[in-house]
Amino acid sequence: MSLTLLDVQRIAHLARIRVDAAEAAGYQSQLNGIFGLIEEMQAVDTTDVAPMSHAQDLSQRLRADEVSEPDRRAAFQAVAPQVENGLYLVPKVIE
Amino acid sequence: MTDTIKSLSSLLTEGKTSSVELCQDYLARIERLNPALNAFVTVDAEKTLLDAAAADALRAAGNAGPLTGVPIAHKDIFCAEGWLTTCGSKMLSNFVSPYDAHVIEQFKAAGMPCLGKTNMDEFAMGSSNETSYYGPVRNPWDPSRVPGGSSGGSAAAVAGRLAPAATGTDTGGSIRQPAALTGITGLKPTYGVVSRYGMIAFASSLDQAGPMATTAEDCGLLLNVMAGFDPRDSTSLERGKEDYTRDLNLPLAGLKIGLPREFFGAGLSGDTARAVEEAITQLKKLGAQTVEVGLPNSNLSVAAYYVLAPAEASSNLSRFDGVRYGYRTPEYKDLTEMYEKTRAEGFGSEVKRRIMIGAYVLSHGYYDAYYLQAQKLRRLIAQDFVEAFKQCDVILGPTAPTTAFKLGEKTADPVEMYLSDIYTIAVNLAGLPGMSLPCGFDAQGLPIGLQLIGDYFAEARMLNVAHQYQMASDWHTRAPTL
Repeated sequence: MSLTLLDVQRIAHLARIRVDAAEAAGYQSQLNGIFGLIEEMQAVDTTDVAPMSHAQDLSQRLRADEVSEPDRRAAFQAVAPQVENGLYLVPKVIE
Repeated sequence: MTDTIKSLSSLLTEGKTSSVELCQDYLARIERLNPALNAFVTVDAEKTLLDAAAADALRAAGNAGPLTGVPIAHKDIFCAEGWLTTCGSKMLSNFVSPYDAHVIEQFKAAGMPCLGKTNMDEFAMGSSNETSYYGPVRNPWDPSRVPGGSSGGSAAAVAGRLAPAATGTDTGGSIRQPAALTGITGLKPTYGVVSRYGMIAFASSLDQAGPMATTAEDCGLLLNVMAGFDPRDSTSLERGKEDYTRDLNLPLAGLKIGLPREFFGAGLSGDTARAVEEAITQLKKLGAQTVEVGLPNSNLSVAAYYVLAPAEASSNLSRFDGVRYGYRTPEYKDLTEMYEKTRAEGFGSEVKRRIMIGAYVLSHGYYDAYYLQAQKLRRLIAQDFVEAFKQCDVILGPTAPTTAFKLGEKTADPVEMYLSDIYTIAVNLAGLPGMSLPCGFDAQGLPIGLQLIGDYFAEARMLNVAHQYQMASDWHTRAPTL
């Protein structure tokens, strides 16, 4: 497998990371190197192997549907880039 | 100053020193040595001394626990209320945490003052501490060399005696590999033993916090503080409290040590192989027996890891978008541009590479070939350990294939850097506990690490083996001249 420059730009957009043309070439060669390492996996027959998503076979713990957190909105919004009247400000999304 | 936290605790109990005095000594050493080592991102003497005074007051009132007043440094991946918490990234270069991680709460409850926040690879992605936005950490044994990573600041701080102990996190070797490269003792517990609440997430199915110190005994004492059930981490295990130091003094007679043949093959440096062999001889003298075991799928662990960890990272790091905390690009036209520029400017290149790998392997049409295949290999790798532990009590081998390498030596080729973790990654994939302890020096005077791998929840047994080895050797007492 080999990623093209177009692939790199597509992945970068999926990941919401701006990559300019000059950087894309660098990432292309590095990512292809890493995928070269990853390709070793394909040589193994895993037909009847159950995928392992986690170190322990746990089921998700549930809790009562009750308010458990205190209101710390002011403290949490104090570290936000831009807030107003308790709301996070972002550029206009809907025209 | 080669004090263990055990010895510092005794000094405090006997009234021979105070927490304030201890913290002042360490802060002075940090002030003198940190400019050259760059082990700390943030030091705040005023805060540390307030913690220390509070610890001394607790002791005066007769309310001290065993470690009250003993200072500790924290990896900058742990959110600590009122402390800058950067995770080694420009993205969080302005983030003063509004809350404490569970691990931080536990150390506060034990009355242990915070000496500062230690440098690390950005978002814990790296094996040399060279990806930090705050610059590389230098190895105290040789400043032209790396301390390993990602917990490189914690490792260098303990190795240089800038702190008696520090916290670390280990996703693919990030406690054990830097411990090996700096000649200290570090332990990664069984997955789920220490809560990940407030520990900035890299790969959630692999991340686990643990102690870094000069001795196995200290690691046991620190794990007693760190471990425990926390309902705020959905993967925290509901297990009773245990004393991880309970078996330290058991004799090793009858201990069966498994030696995986795959860990002693090509790629292992001669000096490291020799030091590990000598450690095995020493353990045999203490009554241990060895048995050869096989981990036939471990050669696939690096490949599987570089699918799974980036996949989880791409999801976890999507939260850094310039909206709720951290860095936001100064100029943008619309929301997409704000996201893309914020992330392009806020993340360094290793983090971007891993996010992109993750986004790709999870994308439509590639999921089965990469992510699912890696999860299946993870099962095979974990099963190898289950089989091996039928024949032995602990598994032993080298922690890293070489001793500390030069700054810049592996930065041009990510794949070469990734292979630094070839002996540690399988342990994370399986979720097993592992540790590294010093077992000698190479021809250039650089420390060599011995890795022990325990069965699930066998931390106490592993610490027993390490402690008995340290009672019969003195590698862990060697400190660099600074």
